[in-house]
Amino acid sequence: MRQTDLAIIGAGPAGLAAALEAATAGAKVILLERDEWLGGQLVKQTHQFFGSKKEFAGMRGIDIATHFSEQIEKNKDIEVFTGATALGYYEDGVLTAAYSGRMLKIKPKTMLVASGAMEKMIPFNNNDLPGVYGAGAVQTLMNVYGVAPGKRVLMVGAGNIGLIVSYQLMQAGIEVEAIIEGSSQVGGYWVHASKIRRMGVPILTNHTILKAIGEEKVEGALITEIDENWKPLEGTEREVSVDNICLAVGLSPLAELLWQAGCQMEFSPQLGGYVPVRDEDLETSQEGIYIAGDVAGIEEATSAILEGQLAGISAARKMGFAVEDKKIEQIKENLKSLRAGPVGEHIRQGLAQVER
Amino acid sequence: MLKKDGVPSPEELEGVKPSQERLEEGPVVIVECMQEIPCDPCYYACPKEAFRPFGDINEKPEIDYEKCNGCSICIANCPGLAIFVLDYNYSEKEGLLKIPYELKPLPEKEEKVIVLNRAGEEIGKGRVVQVLNTKKQDRTAIISIAVPKEILMDARHIRLIRGSTDEG
Repeated sequence: MRQTDLAIIGAGPAGLAAALEAATAGAKVILLERDEWLGGQLVKQTHQFFGSKKEFAGMRGIDIATHFSEQIEKNKDIEVFTGATALGYYEDGVLTAAYSGRMLKIKPKTMLVASGAMEKMIPFNNNDLPGVYGAGAVQTLMNVYGVAPGKRVLMVGAGNIGLIVSYQLMQAGIEVEAIIEGSSQVGGYWVHASKIRRMGVPILTNHTILKAIGEEKVEGALITEIDENWKPLEGTEREVSVDNICLAVGLSPLAELLWQAGCQMEFSPQLGGYVPVRDEDLETSQEGIYIAGDVAGIEEATSAILEGQLAGISAARKMGFAVEDKKIEQIKENLKSLRAGPVGEHIRQGLAQVER
Repeated sequence: MLKKDGVPSPEELEGVKPSQERLEEGPVVIVECMQEIPCDPCYYACPKEAFRPFGDINEKPEIDYEKCNGCSICIANCPGLAIFVLDYNYSEKEGLLKIPYELKPLPEKEEKVIVLNRAGEEIGKGRVVQVLNTKKQDRTAIISIAVPKEILMDARHIRLIRGSTDEG
């Protein structure tokens, strides 16, 4: 059995930032990551980040991952396990993980769940046909392994992920037939929409997919215009010839460990599904269990980094390590200003519902 | 309309255009950032302090066009690739457009290219005058293209004639 001050599950932006903050405050940290590398979704982000220049705005996600990883490797107070999948959290405060064919048992004083999110699926005919992908899988194939996921793609969803992955596909020389979006508006940042639009990719709002076409694999898609109640408009159906249907229709928090640990959960559509109730320091209803990043509510990487910093430093403070109050206030202030605008409105609404 | 299809309407564009008088005075920036999002690198990038300081990081950028000299440093610093520089009086018949460009292969100096508008439609031909791709730009190249004056305000992207990216 391993003992540690803070066990962190997930080495994405939230987990990495948390590990560094907690270790800086003096805590011993164990960092578990299911993948073989650190960075989580950051490693697939080839675009420059938005946000504040004072944090990481202007840097590309992949470079932020490298920046964090280098600092973590140098830090002797952080023990990293890659290829380690957290399995369960037990009543006696023991966390287990599958690692290198063995069962790893850890008894941490505090725990941070930064497990991220999983992609949502939408129902349509033949949606199990090979060639129907989640946007995350397309990014992994393309940006992690250098494999082209197709020749011509229909993107479903005009949120930031749909827009950004479309742009990355075009950069990789893969054609994007169109981006379709069920609602009447582009959900992602308009600048992302504009940069893909001026490359000639149509963005079709009020459109949805009815069917994937093909016997063995995707050879096309049947799309249609829809009204404001998402009912197909007769006579607007048409076939598009694509070999990849890429779904970017949202994420839901990956919160199983928190359910198992008995954290009080609440359903928040604005935050992407069931999320744990938390206090302003990101501690859940179970004392000593903290959350940060997408598992706390679907947002983006800059806020995940800030939440990670906040949770890491709060956990350290709880264990009695000296932490400057000023620093905590500053992180909270930065988070607040990031969420202050119109694009942060749904986050503010969601948080109002789950913060105690 | 931007939120409908990613293409700004003439009214939306009106709000971010420098005046015609300023355009005719010499190179100047046009910042096509029309939504309140949390982002501020443009302010930090500008050596002339032409971007007003952000009170709230979600504010849209505001530009003092008298301070801007069209130096183009901000172009590669905008995560949204929403900043362009226009030189209306580049020559008698041509204006100069500077765009951020992240596709491979890069065009070459003197290369003829197809000019696209904000909807990705072909609106003419242009001539590449300069390709800047310094380390500081962090993989966002800046391409300067001479285009007919009358399409300068609509031209926002290029396509290579020698083959699109999937052939290159």
